[in-house]
Amino acid sequence: MIRSLLFLPGNAPNMLIHGGDLGADAVIFDLEDAVSPEEKDAARILVRNTLASLPLSCQTVVRINGLDSGLWAGDLAEIVPRRPNALMLPKTAGAADIRQLEQAVAALEAEHHIPAGTVGIIPLLETAAGIENAYAIAAASPRVLGLFLGGEDLTADLRCPRTKGGKEIDYARQRVVCAARAAGVEAFDTPFTDVQDSQGLLDDAKYARALGFSGKAAISPRHVQGINQVFSPTSGEIAYAQAVLDAIAGAQGKGAISLHGKMIDAPIVNRARQTLAAAKALGLVGGKTDGN
Amino acid sequence: METKLVSTLSQAISAAGLTDGMTISFHHHLRNGDYVLNLVLAEIARLGIRGLTLNASSLFDIHLPLMQHIRSGVVGKLQTGYVSAGIGRHLSAGILAEPVEFRSHGTRAADIAAGRVPIDVAFIAAPAADCRGNCTGKLGRAACGSLGYAIPDALHAKTVIVITDTILPYPLADWSISEAYVDYVVQVEEIGNPQGILSGTTQITRDPVGLIMAELAAQAIAASGLLKDGFSFQTGAGGASLAAAAFLKEIMLREHIQGSFALGGITGYLVDMLRAGCFRQLMDVQCFDLDAVSSIRDDPRHREISAIHYAAPGSRGAVTDSLDVVILGATEIDTEFNVNVHTDSAGCLMGGSGGHTDAAAGAALTIIIAPLFRARLPIITQHVTCISTPGTSVDLLVTQRGLAVNPAKPELARRLQAAGLPVVDIHRLKAQAESITGVPRPVPRGSRVAANILGRDGAIQDQVMTLPEEG
Amino acid sequence: MPELIQCATAGTMESSDAYVEIEPRENGLEIQLESVVFAQFGEDIAQSVQAVLLQQGVKNAWISVNDRGALDCVIRARIETAIRRARGETP
Repeated sequence: MIRSLLFLPGNAPNMLIHGGDLGADAVIFDLEDAVSPEEKDAARILVRNTLASLPLSCQTVVRINGLDSGLWAGDLAEIVPRRPNALMLPKTAGAADIRQLEQAVAALEAEHHIPAGTVGIIPLLETAAGIENAYAIAAASPRVLGLFLGGEDLTADLRCPRTKGGKEIDYARQRVVCAARAAGVEAFDTPFTDVQDSQGLLDDAKYARALGFSGKAAISPRHVQGINQVFSPTSGEIAYAQAVLDAIAGAQGKGAISLHGKMIDAPIVNRARQTLAAAKALGLVGGKTDGN
Repeated sequence: METKLVSTLSQAISAAGLTDGMTISFHHHLRNGDYVLNLVLAEIARLGIRGLTLNASSLFDIHLPLMQHIRSGVVGKLQTGYVSAGIGRHLSAGILAEPVEFRSHGTRAADIAAGRVPIDVAFIAAPAADCRGNCTGKLGRAACGSLGYAIPDALHAKTVIVITDTILPYPLADWSISEAYVDYVVQVEEIGNPQGILSGTTQITRDPVGLIMAELAAQAIAASGLLKDGFSFQTGAGGASLAAAAFLKEIMLREHIQGSFALGGITGYLVDMLRAGCFRQLMDVQCFDLDAVSSIRDDPRHREISAIHYAAPGSRGAVTDSLDVVILGATEIDTEFNVNVHTDSAGCLMGGSGGHTDAAAGAALTIIIAPLFRARLPIITQHVTCISTPGTSVDLLVTQRGLAVNPAKPELARRLQAAGLPVVDIHRLKAQAESITGVPRPVPRGSRVAANILGRDGAIQDQVMTLPEEG
Repeated sequence: MPELIQCATAGTMESSDAYVEIEPRENGLEIQLESVVFAQFGEDIAQSVQAVLLQQGVKNAWISVNDRGALDCVIRARIETAIRRARGETP
């Protein structure tokens, strides 16, 4: 379960070696924007070695350079054999991008005797085209674990200012969530970029969760705790979910079941199961769940 | 009115009757901005006096001219509580024939008070004084706040010389040291550089690993059972310790807990906690920043205390003995929970106990915050290079990968586990760190003793060897 | 393995990193090593330098490693980067 994804610059040893200890569910080793053109080779080798020799307690994602960069194939050659959980593809514009990446990944997996499908893909949607093609991208490959919305580059492409309130990316957010859910994958929200503003971060994360996102990226370790908190089920939600399942169990065979005077139907039951499964995965409840 | 003003330092030294082989003392409230120790030693050297024992509560890099006075034989012995890295390099290279004697701040105060460490002449840098020797650290251009470490020297030295750059009209009302203890007053141009006095470490860390540890430490305190009304607290001025205080403040305000006092070196963060109602009192032996200085001057809840009152073992009342929780740092900690704060991992002197050992001995819960490794050096070792604070007074180690509880405190471990905190065996943390860094090879040592570390009982607790001889 | 064709550097002098310089030579290897943790890890670092040179097939070079407390995987990455740059490889 990924609530928080923390970006770490790919050529900064001091950040990389502590990445696993900062509380994020996933770290994103960044070979793209956080690395200057003359250090691309150094970052690639450093991230490869870090993946190979520092076992991290969290999931690992590597943001490779874009398909138009001339660097991505070289990134893959070094990174795929070290089996990160996923590669993040910047500026994914359509399903063809995913298929191109998938082919290269599959070839490397075969060459290095890695079980096919080990390395997942997280498309980064940060162009107008990417947003419009969101569903096709999400459904392009079983390797796609989730869609990731990049608000900064997107607003540049939309030719609108990026604001703290984020009204300009409302459409993109909702479209990304809808496409991801339709394809049965996760949806990850763009990072909140004001590192000092912890209340703003919480508000932004709560809004994203309310829209249906499963998690959110952070560009600062200081935002990780807040994101984890917002994207974890609350004790009230867990108690309600448990009550729903208890009500179901107590009403075997009966038609309509109600709780606190409200009808419980299949979507509510599914939702309760998801909540309890998430709570269990996070260690927020004991064994007593109906997670199947 | 007869004044005690003497026109030159040299006259004051002569009037004090300072001769070869005597012991002189200094306090460190002016920290790395202190001009007084260098001024006095230069004058003593000019007078041709030799073979002195120098007792300073701490020594900083600004005091490096002292090394010249050691080479030339003016100073033959050192007693101190802490040395900065620059001074430590020379001491570890073996500049002194006799080992340096390290005492904790409390032990120094106790030994001076009991006459075990007799002081012939105490030179007291005072940011403001009057003509009869009433003096304070709260006023003047080099204001440093508390003068707590100077008070045992003033009370017990045979001769006391106050050195100031700010003479105020008699009587200076709010004195830290009264004229009853002062023999001579000397005015100099400047006693120190304000920038160096209140510098350095009093910023909350921005290091993400430090913040993770700080939050864990605050959670451990909340789970310890000690965090309730009347709670008392001390923290070092290191970045992670201060961050822990910030997290603790959030918890105390949320739970409406009012503590009794915070103790020690005082920073602006503790002043904030006082003002926010987290504590009723601050007990201040040393101010670390400008906020602390203005608070001790203006807020009657913020009290100056002497080093004796702070931490002296065997005294009638040391506040450290009433502490609930102290948070401290470490350069190394071993699997017996012994802590080193005197040397780096290569065995070079670069610190000292200060009040570390005293607060650890007194507090009901002593917490060490330290990362699993710094750069490539693991912090948990089999045996620390030097035992600064014995493991018997350390209860809990907080790292970014979990909390290690001293096996002598099973009840604490139970409480932390019950709160869902990650309690891990210290050997496992050590193994985890070494799996990342590799196992460091044993460091070669020189053949002479560079320093004797005295325990709170006055006995030699450990020794630091010189660095290996070149070639 | 391709020959070294130019001088190259990699890494930085920041804490937890290493700064590596390499120059093509005619006859054999000359290794220069400085480290803030030399007393504890000097031998391990020297072994890592040798291991990367061997793995990369470098037989003739002057190489200097200034280690600022880097983990082994970081030191190895910096040495490999320097070698590949000295060969004129482009990313």
